[in-house]
Amino acid sequence: MSTVTRVDPAGPAGSTRPLQHRRPLGDRTFAIIALASGLLVLVILVLIAVTTTQQSASWFSAEGLKVFTNNWNPAANQFGALAFIYGTAITAVIALILAVPVSIGIALLLTEVVPPRWARPIVYVVDLLAVVPSVVWGLWGILVFAPWLQHIYTDIASGVKGVPVLDSLFGQPVSGASFFTAGIILAFMITPIVTSLSREVIATVPAIDREGAYALGATRWEMIRGAVLPHSQGGIVGAVLLGLGRAMGETIAVALVIGSSPTITSHLFAPGYNMPAVIANQFGEASGVFRAALMGIGVLLFAFTIIINVIARGIVERNARRKRGA
Amino acid sequence: MENSDQNTVPGLEAVPESATRPAQVQLPQPAALREPAQAGVATGAPIFEVKNVSIYYGSFRAVTNVSLTIYENQITAFIGPSGCGKTTVLRTLNRMNDLIPGARVEGEVFYRGERLYGKDVSPIAVRRRIGMVFQKPNPFPKSIYDNVAYGPRINGIHSKPRLNEIVERSLRQAALWDEVKNRLGHSGLGLSGGQAQRLCIARTLAVEPDVVLMDEPASALDPIATGAIEDLMKEIKDRYTIVIVTHNMQQATRVSDRTAFFSVLVNPESDTRTGTLVEYAPTDRLFGDPHDDRTKAYVTGRMG
Amino acid sequence: MTAVTAEPPKVDLREPAGWRRTKNRLMTWLMVISFVVVLVPLGFVLVSVVAKGASIISWSFLTSGPIPSIVAPAGVGGMGPAVLGTIEITALATVIAVPLGILGAVYLNEYGGKNWLAGLIGFMSDVMTGVPSIIMGLFIFSIWVVRLGTNGLSGLAGALALACLMLPIVIRSSYEMLRLVPNSLREGSYALGATKARVTVTVVLPAAIGGIVSGSLLAVARAAGETAPLLFCIGAATAANPNVFRGANTALPSQIFANAYQPYPGAQARGWGAALTLIVICFVLMIAARLVTARFARYSR
Repeated sequence: MSTVTRVDPAGPAGSTRPLQHRRPLGDRTFAIIALASGLLVLVILVLIAVTTTQQSASWFSAEGLKVFTNNWNPAANQFGALAFIYGTAITAVIALILAVPVSIGIALLLTEVVPPRWARPIVYVVDLLAVVPSVVWGLWGILVFAPWLQHIYTDIASGVKGVPVLDSLFGQPVSGASFFTAGIILAFMITPIVTSLSREVIATVPAIDREGAYALGATRWEMIRGAVLPHSQGGIVGAVLLGLGRAMGETIAVALVIGSSPTITSHLFAPGYNMPAVIANQFGEASGVFRAALMGIGVLLFAFTIIINVIARGIVERNARRKRGA
Repeated sequence: MENSDQNTVPGLEAVPESATRPAQVQLPQPAALREPAQAGVATGAPIFEVKNVSIYYGSFRAVTNVSLTIYENQITAFIGPSGCGKTTVLRTLNRMNDLIPGARVEGEVFYRGERLYGKDVSPIAVRRRIGMVFQKPNPFPKSIYDNVAYGPRINGIHSKPRLNEIVERSLRQAALWDEVKNRLGHSGLGLSGGQAQRLCIARTLAVEPDVVLMDEPASALDPIATGAIEDLMKEIKDRYTIVIVTHNMQQATRVSDRTAFFSVLVNPESDTRTGTLVEYAPTDRLFGDPHDDRTKAYVTGRMG
Repeated sequence: MTAVTAEPPKVDLREPAGWRRTKNRLMTWLMVISFVVVLVPLGFVLVSVVAKGASIISWSFLTSGPIPSIVAPAGVGGMGPAVLGTIEITALATVIAVPLGILGAVYLNEYGGKNWLAGLIGFMSDVMTGVPSIIMGLFIFSIWVVRLGTNGLSGLAGALALACLMLPIVIRSSYEMLRLVPNSLREGSYALGATKARVTVTVVLPAAIGGIVSGSLLAVARAAGETAPLLFCIGAATAANPNVFRGANTALPSQIFANAYQPYPGAQARGWGAALTLIVICFVLMIAARLVTARFARYSR
């Protein structure tokens, strides 16, 4: 904080009041309030970690390392949470596989292909995806999308019957609610953020690098491969990680369409569960160790997303700093 | 060939016909060409014929009424004060102005007898034949090897032995081979300014162009690196045709065979500046005995 | 590759080899397709919501209560309590989060400068935008609701959770706006003898106000649509509760969530109606944000 001495503005012109060397009370109070508001961020993060861990203590002590086993049976007081960790990972991976190529494609479309006049409407439309609330995605997902997907799943499943790897991935559809459906809806939801960040990264590639490639007689795609993508790789990785963090934490839409079945299976079309979804669905009626277990799953989720976001923001920051300095 | 605009501009006289006639005398015939041999400057085939070219950005006329001929295996320099359009004209020769929205060329540009801005002409094919080196070195964020191999690769050459051969040959031509031959895998971004520029030259030479355009290639470099680039130009000129834009008159006298002097026409009513070609002649003649007053003023240092 | 010979060859300046042109076109089409791929689900969702929700929307649906039981057919009762709940809880969250967020941004830009604390706060604030919203709900539940027993369930608890969600968003967008205010404005004010607080409040904030308002509107739109933070904090009232500080409450997202699970057509219809209402609210807020940005950009020219 600055400690520059200031002229006392309160004294009238010509007054003989001595110049004060301490800042007026109002000024200092304001500075303190501003600092406190800023610190609030750190305080909240620390409090989240502390209180949720406290509330879940009974789970950790009851299960110890068994929290990482696939043994979830609340009725029998067993709370191994591996199935949810697995579900979170699988749905996030599906979402990334689907969303990243599309997002990068749109980002390239905006920076390299369309004339500037068309860029704004396209960005608006992509942002609309982000405005649709998670619960509305979920409602539509379970009542409209999942039943429609179910037919497609059964068709694919019968198509790949007997084929070695594909069969274990795409066999056994039950209803439309499944890992894969959750993954698709997550992909819709993370596309806006991955697109917008990738676009920012790609836009920092200097024009002279693009011209260098064109001057060698490159087509537009060759120019992108040669000059744009190598420059943007790092930043795009950051954008992808941020998308991963979002995909892991999205709760309500996933809770509605994932099928609510804590199982670990390779069948993507089968129902499953993930960390935020089980908390959302079961917390209301849980008590005692059950509740502590759900709280504990929340702690794990918090830890994972904080770590991923720190890494992602670090990459994006470093990329931005390098471009500014370059 | 007086432009009506010029008549209304106070302080700047119209270009006297005599000064530009030598450039005009040339031919519409691609295969023809010998200009009466002037002292010390034998000319080869004309590579470019620029006829009454004006360049517009939208409705703004950036360059007006340029006509000149560029000859094979010579180094031609474009000089002039800033804003006179010399870079704009240079970029017209390999259709780089196409990348600027709203840019438009009026008049004709012939490359080896073909209309450069003809309907069926592909800018990609043009740029493969007419390469460009930029003011600020712009190596790709790849290895030195991949930088040079980029051009051949996009043209379909993927066999390792051929690529190796091309990379070595191009780096040798650019006088960079000895310095980097043991670190071809290192990033092109790690080179010094002079080395990076030679890398960009090697990259351009790797596609075996016909013409190499250079936009102030040494202006971002120190004097020693500049000297290296100038030596390089003189060495490769028997295999390529070079057109260089430079704001350094001494450089023009050191390396070029012919020089074109551009200047600015100021239109006081619309407060716009339009570039135009003032005089074009063999270098020794232009600097030793400039015919136009504006040229005289520039080369003796009174303006620009 | 053609070598340059002494005799000018007939140059061929047409398109390069077919496969290059094809690959270029193909990739361009793929980029266009990625955009279309995004249009499809967006259109699908919007059309479904409008088609299925429009029929139940009526003034009485939006304003009257109580919220009927799940088996009740459409037309009985209404979502009034949820609409009221969304409005009052989101408004309370906004009142808490926006001033704090703006002050936090003021600290970062005006006071913090390059010191390590400001850097840390800015960084962690960005990280915090990535924390799942359900964690905010769990947090407020453990620190507030639990301590007050069943009395803890209230609109206020929900508003606190939403405020935690909104805070880093408001900080980041306000910070970006404050950064854009040119230093010359500040210096002019200092030169007249103003204190830093006065400069900030009377010159800097007004200069950035358009962008700050717009960013805050987007944060409000985000908060209005959130369900997870409210799940454990507001309870599940069926009657309208105008007292946001006490007593269980409900909100549109919570109702949508509750109804989505139900097989009964009445419940589903109410869910769609609530979804349509919620989407309209979020869109209106987003459009308002863009209008403010556009209008403000014209001012600051």
